[in-house]
Amino acid sequence: MTAVLEVRDVSVRFATDFGEVDAVDGASFEVREGEILGLVGESGSGKSVTATAILRLIRKPGRLAGGSIVLGGRDLARLDEEELQKIRGTEIAMISQTPRTALNPLITVGQQVARLFTLHAGLPRAEARRRAIEMLAMVGIPEPERRARQYAHQFSGGMCQRVMIAMALAASPRLLIADEPTTGLDVSTAARILDLLRELGARTGASILLITHDLGVVATTCQRVAVMHAGQVVEVAPVRSLFRHPAHPYTRALVRSIPRVDRASVMEPVPGSVPSLLNAPAGCRYAGRCPWVEDRCRREKPAMTAVAPEHFVACFAVEDGRAPAV
Amino acid sequence: MADIAIAPTSTALRLVWRRLRRNWVSAVALSLIVVTAVAAALAGWVAPYEPDATDAAAALQAPALHHWLGTDIYGRDLLSRIIHAGRVDLAVAFGATALALAIGCSIGVVAGLYRGLVDLAIMRCVDSIMAFPAFILAMAITAALGNSVGNVLIAIALTQIPNYLRLIRGEIFRIRELEYADAARVVGNPAWRIMFVHLLPNALPPIIVQATLAMGYALLTMAALSFIGLGIQPPQSEWGSMTAEGAQYIVTGEWWLFLFPGLAIVLMVLSFNLIGDSLRDFLDPRMRGVR
Amino acid sequence: MPPLCEVAGLKTHFPLRGPQAWLRALQDGRPSVVRAVDGVSFKVEPGETVGLVGESGCGKSTVARTLVRLVAATAGSIRFDGEELTTLGDADFNKVRPHLQMVFQDPTASLNPRLSVRRMVGEPLKLHTGMSAIERRERTDAVLEEVGLGTDLAERYAHELSGGQRQRVNIARALVTNPRLIVLDEPTSALDVSLRARVILLLEELRQRHGLSYLFISHDLATVRYLAARVAVMYLGVIVEEAAAGELFEHPAHPYTRALLAAVPVPDPDARRDPFALSGEIPSPIDIPTGCRLRNRCPLAQPVCAEPVPYREVAPGHFAACHLV
Repeated sequence: MTAVLEVRDVSVRFATDFGEVDAVDGASFEVREGEILGLVGESGSGKSVTATAILRLIRKPGRLAGGSIVLGGRDLARLDEEELQKIRGTEIAMISQTPRTALNPLITVGQQVARLFTLHAGLPRAEARRRAIEMLAMVGIPEPERRARQYAHQFSGGMCQRVMIAMALAASPRLLIADEPTTGLDVSTAARILDLLRELGARTGASILLITHDLGVVATTCQRVAVMHAGQVVEVAPVRSLFRHPAHPYTRALVRSIPRVDRASVMEPVPGSVPSLLNAPAGCRYAGRCPWVEDRCRREKPAMTAVAPEHFVACFAVEDGRAPAV
Repeated sequence: MADIAIAPTSTALRLVWRRLRRNWVSAVALSLIVVTAVAAALAGWVAPYEPDATDAAAALQAPALHHWLGTDIYGRDLLSRIIHAGRVDLAVAFGATALALAIGCSIGVVAGLYRGLVDLAIMRCVDSIMAFPAFILAMAITAALGNSVGNVLIAIALTQIPNYLRLIRGEIFRIRELEYADAARVVGNPAWRIMFVHLLPNALPPIIVQATLAMGYALLTMAALSFIGLGIQPPQSEWGSMTAEGAQYIVTGEWWLFLFPGLAIVLMVLSFNLIGDSLRDFLDPRMRGVR
Repeated sequence: MPPLCEVAGLKTHFPLRGPQAWLRALQDGRPSVVRAVDGVSFKVEPGETVGLVGESGCGKSTVARTLVRLVAATAGSIRFDGEELTTLGDADFNKVRPHLQMVFQDPTASLNPRLSVRRMVGEPLKLHTGMSAIERRERTDAVLEEVGLGTDLAERYAHELSGGQRQRVNIARALVTNPRLIVLDEPTSALDVSLRARVILLLEELRQRHGLSYLFISHDLATVRYLAARVAVMYLGVIVEEAAAGELFEHPAHPYTRALLAAVPVPDPDARRDPFALSGEIPSPIDIPTGCRLRNRCPLAQPVCAEPVPYREVAPGHFAACHLV
């Protein structure tokens, strides 16, 4: 399968009063054509920063400190702002977790979506408006003509998110980055938004990078998943493989720490706490919390190795066989 | 944000220094204010001459070694006069602002907390006062009360009260919706404790910042009043009246009599304006780590 | 043994204000009110955790706020430790407060940024007990240790603590007066996934050690299943189903509960999804449908659903408000 987006060894560094913070340290993963890749991690894991880095929207005091971001053959890390502006919104689009604040409160929803068509596709006003209503219908907004004349504050949270998705997909991007699109939405609304994303991804052929902290979302919506911890990508695997045979100690702990609604469960919190990213030591950042840690882990950063078809882990303990197979 | 705690105090001094370096303009402004205030307070020791010491032989001398800023028609040293006059100016600026703050905040807190009819009544009074251009109001009050330092202070304070009142009322409206105000109630705080321990200390910082800007305004108002002959008048010297007197001498070429008092006003007001933003940072108990 | 807290027919209505509300009132022929809580009854036994779940707008937070008198109840009764709370005067209610405390949702917003941890946690002691400063400090330190914060953090301010630590401060503050019932309003929603487990385990440990009762309000069904002994599901201001936790999650009777459970994403890619879903969106609490409140969205709706809904016992200890079960 071809990769739509290839992130290789990307690092993002922030200069703070206290020192340098490596928010993302050598992250590598790829998003394949037509798939939904989940990027999962807690806050501080660097997943949102990674998304911002892909769009080349990191601003001072942060900077892209290395690596390549290849989209359709072009390395976004090497392009200049002018070319990037052509790509943003057309080839890559993003939706975030606060849809209402991302919408312009002063113009109608219909106008906002239509603007995208006039801007990116150069369509005349009437045509753009027609397409806008089409998009609103596609994302499941009832009575699209009437709703297009309304303003953002008249839409519920779930509806706003649908509008965001409509705007993101307006220019038929190859990649849609969804940054925690369901956090802050009700359970049932969230379920419907995820269904919508799946359906639209299949229909338009867009690949989706779904960023979330919720393993449940990953299990139900994604085909493959990348796990991040403290700025490092620690495991990449197909969803089934990840849940049945979690390899990295962090993934294992994470899976054991979540309560289940479908059965009585035992919750074991992930040991230790997220390490400070300030002047972080080289080596694996899970070292301080890992039950199978060795000296080597603190000095060297483990490379990704395959433990099963398509299932990669960055861990010495797994490589050496110290961590028992699950 | 990641679940990391930010360690305080150990690098506090370094942080302060770092921020001082970034906000060097404000640092300069602050130093200027402090230096002037100290000089004014210790005027007796700092000023090279007595402000009223006349010296006919040295009348109308341009700035020179003996008299750094020159002398006036009576041979009085301009520098010494400016330093001494500074006491009145800064005292009234601080005093009027402090008074307006105290009164405005007390009433504003009541309006913010009780809302309803009380708030309605207070705000309509405030609206009536604000309908007058502030300077005209100051003029009217000074003219009515008479020309003295005390009256000028009262006049300026009165015109400023509405600003603080509205500001703190707005802040109280905002804060009372925050969860810690709720938590304070659930824990069992009586209304007065909620007001003074929880709400007011959090509402004040933006007000304090506003106050620094307002001090500049107070200074300007006072100077303007004296300039047009109201408020503080000679023999009481004050930067505004000194500038007014000095204006007469421009035609005859004694530029220093007008320039230096005027410059004093300009520099002070400018300094007040410049420290406003940085003061907010310094007052905030949170130390921002990232710039 | 009588229940620690018994809520019966609780209603909390908020009248709408402003010109739009008046116009509406003219149109409808009656004053416009938001019926946030519209007849809620449940019990909390001593030492028990009762979970109150529902989506946004169902009124669960309002139930919490009414219980601790942040808002006044419009009707109904709240009996706490044998005493009727709704008719108590403010001064008398204040005497009840040390026994009935609350932990808020947003750990940051619920802490005064200008007070140190020690002062905040010690404040309830100052307000309600006659303890001397030394005694207060001892008790505060003991509680801080208990919630896992330790005394070195006592002089810090809220912004110098991490999210998890802030929530522990909240818990410490609620615990310091030895309450009997703590109302927790979404205490882990603002926390990270890995922190949630810690805080939940801490809450459970504290409950067992001190014999506390919790009213645990949340939209996170998995957490509620873990913590609660009994669960009540709310929709548009009323309880639609109530049962023991295991029973409710295994055999949901009310369609709303079924739909809710079907929508929760399970961290198991092989789990079969129940396709049961509601249509449309939650109606506004100003415009509540007559009869069953869910009938405009329920896939199983029948004409009988427009009639007032019976609250029936569908299995021992398991109640549901539905015509069809």
